Amino acid sequence: MARILPYRRPHPETQPRYLHSPYASTIKRAPAKPPVYLPQTLSEITGPSFPNVVTDIKATDLTRQHHGDPLGERIIVSGRVIDEDGRPLRQALIEIWQANAAGRYLHESDQHQAPLDPNFTGCGHALTDNEGKYRFVTVRPGAYPWGNHHNAWRPAHIHFSVFGPAFATRLVTQMYFSGDPLLPFDPIFNCTADEGARNRLISVFDWETTIPSQALGYRFDIVMSGREATPMER
Amino acid sequence: MSSNATTSQTIGPFFSIGMCRSIKQNLADANVSGERVNIEGRVLDGDRQPVPDAILEIWQANSHGKYAHPEDDQDKPREANFTGYGRIPTNIEGKFHFTTIKPGQVPDPDGKLQAPHIVVSVFARGLLRRLVTRIYFPDEPANDSDFALKLVEPSRRGTLIAKKVAGGVGVLEWNLILQGSDETVFFDCGL
Ligand SMILES: [Fe+2]
Repeated sequence: MARILPYRRPHPETQPRYLHSPYASTIKRAPAKPPVYLPQTLSEITGPSFPNVVTDIKATDLTRQHHGDPLGERIIVSGRVIDEDGRPLRQALIEIWQANAAGRYLHESDQHQAPLDPNFTGCGHALTDNEGKYRFVTVRPGAYPWGNHHNAWRPAHIHFSVFGPAFATRLVTQMYFSGDPLLPFDPIFNCTADEGARNRLISVFDWETTIPSQALGYRFDIVMSGREATPMER
Repeated sequence: MSSNATTSQTIGPFFSIGMCRSIKQNLADANVSGERVNIEGRVLDGDRQPVPDAILEIWQANSHGKYAHPEDDQDKPREANFTGYGRIPTNIEGKFHFTTIKPGQVPDPDGKLQAPHIVVSVFARGLLRRLVTRIYFPDEPANDSDFALKLVEPSRRGTLIAKKVAGGVGVLEWNLILQGSDETVFFDCGL
């Protein structure tokens, strides 16, 4: 049996703590006890893969899932999934979901008084290519109110779920837009202590992926844990 | 150049739009070998209220103790019809259930065998990062010497071991308590 080559642990304060009281839902859901440190075993350095997922045009172009065109500003969201050493992660499954241009989700518990768009579902998925690249076409999501505190609004964001190569590399996050005036007031965006880590959730406007006369481009790179340099000490 | 792993954010309340396209609650197709088990339970918060907007992801070895992953180089059979992965949402009452086979034993970092277990990721509105835990099986002698269980104080180990259900053949109950004096043990194992 080969020795275990673990994935690195997150750098301190670059990941949120479970309890972040400005985000009220954490108060009754954050564990009270600290997690038990577990050295990675074969169970954690292996993980699911999704070679049979179909990633056709409807999966990656959220503006083409219905007969008509959705309302809103068309955008291209693209980037790479890499590890902490800059190596591309290939065949990584990315799933995204988002509100429509008016800030409304196609979800029964979304009670926001903004219109649904019959031509927009707001979900997509992709597998990264050999360079770790992915690309979605969608519309810019609207900001939306939520019940966390008086006059609470979420900044515009797209939810991302990413599977790395192992159970130990699994990430769900949110992508934001630069210059959004709501960012400084959002308890979810601000839940991570490290400012640099927070700001890497903000996508970068990108002329290179912008399509003239059609859609503005935004780049969002996703970094997953790298590997330790040497096998775990016994 | 290197940078730190991207910061986690909550899945929020509307994740079913993106994550429920690929629900998988039955891992045990007809031609998968092993002992069938139905595992059911609830996800509860610090007030013992059900958590209706959580989703579990599970990962496990097949009945021979082999993972469907290139880094498992053990000389054990793989099964084409068993991926070892499941994705299970809770319902309005916080309940979940899934069907799988009891996994075989896999080695720990010292080369000794771990007790049969399923690793679990927990996502929910209000969880800014996933929680990681494990499900073990009742009446399993290997539990006493298991690598991960031994890291847990004895009084809390029971939160990781599923329980038999009276009268239920092949049914196990395992509840996930996010917070409180009897909260489930969660592990820090990486991202
Ligand atoms: Fe959202």
